[in-house]
Amino acid sequence: MPEKFDVIVVGAGPAGTSCAYTCAKNGLKVLQIERGEYPGSKNVMGGVLYRKQMEEIIPEFWKEAPLERPVIEQRFWAMDKESTITFGYKGLEWGVEPYNNFTVLRAPFDQWFAKKGVKEGVLLINETVVTECIVENGKVVGVRTDRPDGDVYADVVVLADGVNSLLAKSLGFHKEFRPDEVALTVMEVINLSKDKINDRFNLEDNQGCTIEIFGDSTKGNLGTAFIYTNKESVNIGVGTTLSSMIKAKLKPYDLLDYLKTHPMVKPLLSGGESAEYLAHLIPEGGYRSVPRVAGNGVLVVGDAAQLVNAIHREGSNMAMASGKMAAEAVIRAKEREDYSESCLNHYREALYESFIIKDLEKYKDAAHTFEHYPQYFKDYIPMINKAASKFFTVDGTPKRDKQKQIMRSITGEKGTFKVIQDMYRAWKAVK
Amino acid sequence: MEGYRGVWVFIEQNEGEIEGVSLELLGAGRKLADKLEVPLAGVLLGDGVIPLSSKVISYGADKVYVIDHPVLKHYRTESFMRGVIQLAEKYKPEIFLYGATPNGKDLASAVATDLCTGLTADTTMLDVDVEKRLLEASRPAFGGNIMATILCKKHRPQMATVRPKVMKALEPDDHKQGSIIEETISLKEEDMRTKVINIVKDVTKTASLAEAHVIVCGGKGMGDVQNFQLIHELAETIGASVGGTRDVVEAGWLPHEYQIGQTGETVTPKVYFAIGISGAIQHVVGMKNSELIIAINKDPNAPIFDVATYGIVGDALEIVPKLIKQFKEIRKAEGGEISYA
Amino acid sequence: MHIVVCVKQVPDTKIIKINPKTNTLDRRSAPAILNPYDAHAVQEAVRIKGNLGKGHISVLSMGPPQAVEIIKKSVEIGADEGYLISDRAFAGADTLATSYALSKALDKISENQSIDLIICGKHAIDGDTGQVGPGIARRLDIPPVTNVIEVCEVNEQERTVLIKRKIVNGYELLQVNMPCLLTVEKEINDIEYSPMPNMIKAARYKPIIWSVNDLNDVDKTQLGLKGSPTIVGKMFSPPKAEGGKRIEGTTDEQISRLMEVLMEQKELFNVK
Ligand SMILES: Cc1cc2nc3c(=O)[nH]c(=O)nc-3n(C[C@H](O)[C@H](O)[C@H](O)COP(=O)(O)OP(=O)(O)OC[C@H]3O[C@@H](n4cnc5c(N)ncnc54)[C@H](O)[C@@H]3O)c2cc1C
Ligand SMILES: Cc1cc2nc3c(=O)[nH]c(=O)nc-3n(C[C@H](O)[C@H](O)[C@H](O)COP(=O)(O)OP(=O)(O)OC[C@H]3O[C@@H](n4cnc5c(N)ncnc54)[C@H](O)[C@@H]3O)c2cc1C
Ligand SMILES: Nc1ncnc2c1ncn2[C@@H]1O[C@H](COP(=O)(O)O)[C@@H](O)[C@H]1O
Repeated sequence: MPEKFDVIVVGAGPAGTSCAYTCAKNGLKVLQIERGEYPGSKNVMGGVLYRKQMEEIIPEFWKEAPLERPVIEQRFWAMDKESTITFGYKGLEWGVEPYNNFTVLRAPFDQWFAKKGVKEGVLLINETVVTECIVENGKVVGVRTDRPDGDVYADVVVLADGVNSLLAKSLGFHKEFRPDEVALTVMEVINLSKDKINDRFNLEDNQGCTIEIFGDSTKGNLGTAFIYTNKESVNIGVGTTLSSMIKAKLKPYDLLDYLKTHPMVKPLLSGGESAEYLAHLIPEGGYRSVPRVAGNGVLVVGDAAQLVNAIHREGSNMAMASGKMAAEAVIRAKEREDYSESCLNHYREALYESFIIKDLEKYKDAAHTFEHYPQYFKDYIPMINKAASKFFTVDGTPKRDKQKQIMRSITGEKGTFKVIQDMYRAWKAVK
Repeated sequence: MEGYRGVWVFIEQNEGEIEGVSLELLGAGRKLADKLEVPLAGVLLGDGVIPLSSKVISYGADKVYVIDHPVLKHYRTESFMRGVIQLAEKYKPEIFLYGATPNGKDLASAVATDLCTGLTADTTMLDVDVEKRLLEASRPAFGGNIMATILCKKHRPQMATVRPKVMKALEPDDHKQGSIIEETISLKEEDMRTKVINIVKDVTKTASLAEAHVIVCGGKGMGDVQNFQLIHELAETIGASVGGTRDVVEAGWLPHEYQIGQTGETVTPKVYFAIGISGAIQHVVGMKNSELIIAINKDPNAPIFDVATYGIVGDALEIVPKLIKQFKEIRKAEGGEISYA
Repeated sequence: MHIVVCVKQVPDTKIIKINPKTNTLDRRSAPAILNPYDAHAVQEAVRIKGNLGKGHISVLSMGPPQAVEIIKKSVEIGADEGYLISDRAFAGADTLATSYALSKALDKISENQSIDLIICGKHAIDGDTGQVGPGIARRLDIPPVTNVIEVCEVNEQERTVLIKRKIVNGYELLQVNMPCLLTVEKEINDIEYSPMPNMIKAARYKPIIWSVNDLNDVDKTQLGLKGSPTIVGKMFSPPKAEGGKRIEGTTDEQISRLMEVLMEQKELFNVK
């Protein structure tokens, strides 16, 4: 009889490791199984790590974790073909402890985080794929791996296997995604010297900046692009929902090349050389597509549970928080020696009381709104760019008349009522 | 340290055939010996090998130390080691060179341990500091396109194994005079802990690579294993052998025995195509003595162009297919047939 | 049957790229790995143990504390036990000093259980000297067999091993008395996909770590830098060959020019 663990965690991303770490720290016997050569080896992320949730797991992690730069400036671009409207916030208070958030590279970060778990007693096993959950009379009792003698058993199995969670699907927790529930994102890490980065983004050595780009970055399709500054590289990525990609017959890589050569972007990257190229899904279904997250002897956390805030591109933080909550539920179940769904549902409740579900609910209509009313990306962004251009061009026309012209040209194109209707809908979606 | 004089070369022979590298080392050893103004000696062990002494002398040796004994019929570390150590302890050479062949490395490693002296592996350049009487054995250093000179200041003999085909043998001079010193040794077969059951010859691919007149060597620059087929196709078209860099071998595009360079084969064909190869020193030491080197690389600064006779800056994926086409046309035109030389 | 495999931690040269322009290492993410040849050495020990149906496999490494990782890796492959000798005194050792330190550790290991077979890799990919294996054999006065491509038979009664050893143009079949030392080529076996129990064992495993003082009657002057007769004199860029002519022009011009050059040696290309 192969040995039995208190809990088996599948996956060593932020969600899995938070869960494994928390369980081990509380004295549970934890086995963590990761498919990649090492944690982070396969993982893709634009790379903003939010302080709050990480800190709740490892206080003052920034003193030791391999982070790139603390983010002191967040910019948002509403970009058209040859112009962009920029707004954002830069605050030095974000550049000192306790910071707000950081840019990270997943490979070193995930490795470091997993090592912390190992120090707490997690048994981490890499290069091993979990092929299925072992189910005995309605209860998950362990996992089957692709290795010889590959079965291992545990009271609880936590699925932290990422967005495409085949395991959650095989348990019937997920159905296949609808194309509008996931975004396909491609990103590239581009090596650039410290000095170039500091000059081009107007930063000091340990200051970082993020740029979120809407509009022409996705050729006007629903989706966003981003540029994040690391120490000596930048991450650039772009993603749209599968559905709009299919509709517009876009190839993700073409989209990224289009972005990299966009006149607003090119100068930021010139002279850099590509280090890695990655493609990955992000669940964007939000509130509506959060699946069942607890069953007899099993919990689902992080992306596997579709916990991503598409609008704010938050995921790793939700992954960590959910991983920690799952751990707490497991610890509680262990105390009660009860691993049934009803007991483990404690996790579900915690999740629904937390910021995670609240946020997802708040934005539940956003994706759909923007998906179903493409004019936001297709029309309004170019429109406001034209408007801004008109407004700021000094040509002797009095500003008041300019405003009139602008309003006329906008409502002229769309019709006043439609514009107001759209604005209201958009506001409702993100309010 | 005192009383160590002379330059020695271990003469590796298989069934009466002296290995090429041993003759090359006589050439290199000659230069060192002349600089140091000491005699050059060959060290010859085997069964019935005395007749080979004259050849050793004609290739530059002043002396040949011979141990002729039935137990030495086949190479074995334990028997050969004992003979060589006995000689070295008795006649005290200051420099002792071996070919970096399986047997040469094996023997040198064992001997160095017993003589408690330094041994430099896979040397590709040799020189001496005359007044310090120091052997300067240079080899590619790990972790860089850079050479390191290894010295052995406080121990004698100074020993090195030397890559085949990097040194030049002298023209044999049959009139050259030299002395043959026969040494006796007490070896009993029953004392041997290693027995040679039999020896199986099979001409492995590496052998053919070593003898090939034309080699088409492809690098990581081919992009992937599919594109690498172009290398095979070109080689086939012109009747050449295929080689690869270590990165190509590690990527699994070619088996290990096709690797050319410091840890692979050293080759000296008449024509060497280096396609999509950056020209790292570890590769270059394995091919730079080829007669005609054609390099194709899209990076104008690739170091391979420094060793190339002709360099083409361009995309191999575009050039190679055209090259293949050219050859095929010529062949059609001239009705020539492919036969593997 | 007690088999000891010597394993070395090396930088992954697949990942460390040499930047041809600057001549320096591109150190971005350069993990240390188990020397590939040594992985095959461990695998071979596992295979032998499997065939005999019994036996004990120890691995031994000299290196920095992080080298425990490659010992764990060896346990994944199937080693039963692992020893790491780690001490400043060992630092800067060349092959002579390395084989000395390792032989002292082997003496110590054999105190608990005498050693029948020692297996090393053909060479370590960071320096590829291939000298340490035979060196160890000499110090323990056991026969070495290098470049082993097959272990055909291990006869415990006769205490002999039947071995294929690669030679320049083929192989030789050797019978060697145990104890002996083998250094193995990659083609000797394929690394198997380790079973789950090994993975779990390895994840838990804590190697035995020794410092100089844990070893018996060590002559410290033979260790590390002090004990290394060879030193690096100078480092220099490879002598630049005069550098060849460039063939300029469009691809087609380049090719026709190249063909002219090659056709000067027609006979080589079988196009007569
Ligand atoms: C391009 C992009 C940019 C992003 N940017 C941000 C950002 O800036 N900030 C942010 O907070 N979030 C961002 N996200 C979201 C964030 O990356 C994810 O929400 C987060 O990684 C989720 O963590 P996780 O542990 O749930 O899943 P993952 O990080 O995907 O980890 C899953 C792990 O499980 C392993 N695994 C999968 N299947 C198996 C199996 N069968 N057996 C064994 N192991 C398995 C995988 O190898 C992987 O290591 C971004 C995502 C993408 C794609
Ligand atoms: C201890 C040690 C021993 C080693 N031993 C050996 C050895 O025996 N043999 C060996 O070869 N290496 C050896 N190496 C590795 C060596 O250092 C280099 O890493 C290796 O030779 C590089 O192989 P490469 O040129 O194929 O790949 P790269 O260095 O990646 O070069 C690829 C080249 O292809 C060019 N290129 C890319 N695309 C194209 C295109 N479409 N058309 C034309 N050109 C293109 C690029 O400009 C680049 O110059 C050793 C290394 C170490 C540390
Ligand atoms: N530091 C070390 N620790 C353990 N084994 C080693 C060490 N160095 C070399 N070896 C062994 O000796 C073999 C040849 O190494 P080298 O002589 O350095 O090429 C390796 O494959 C290992 O089996």
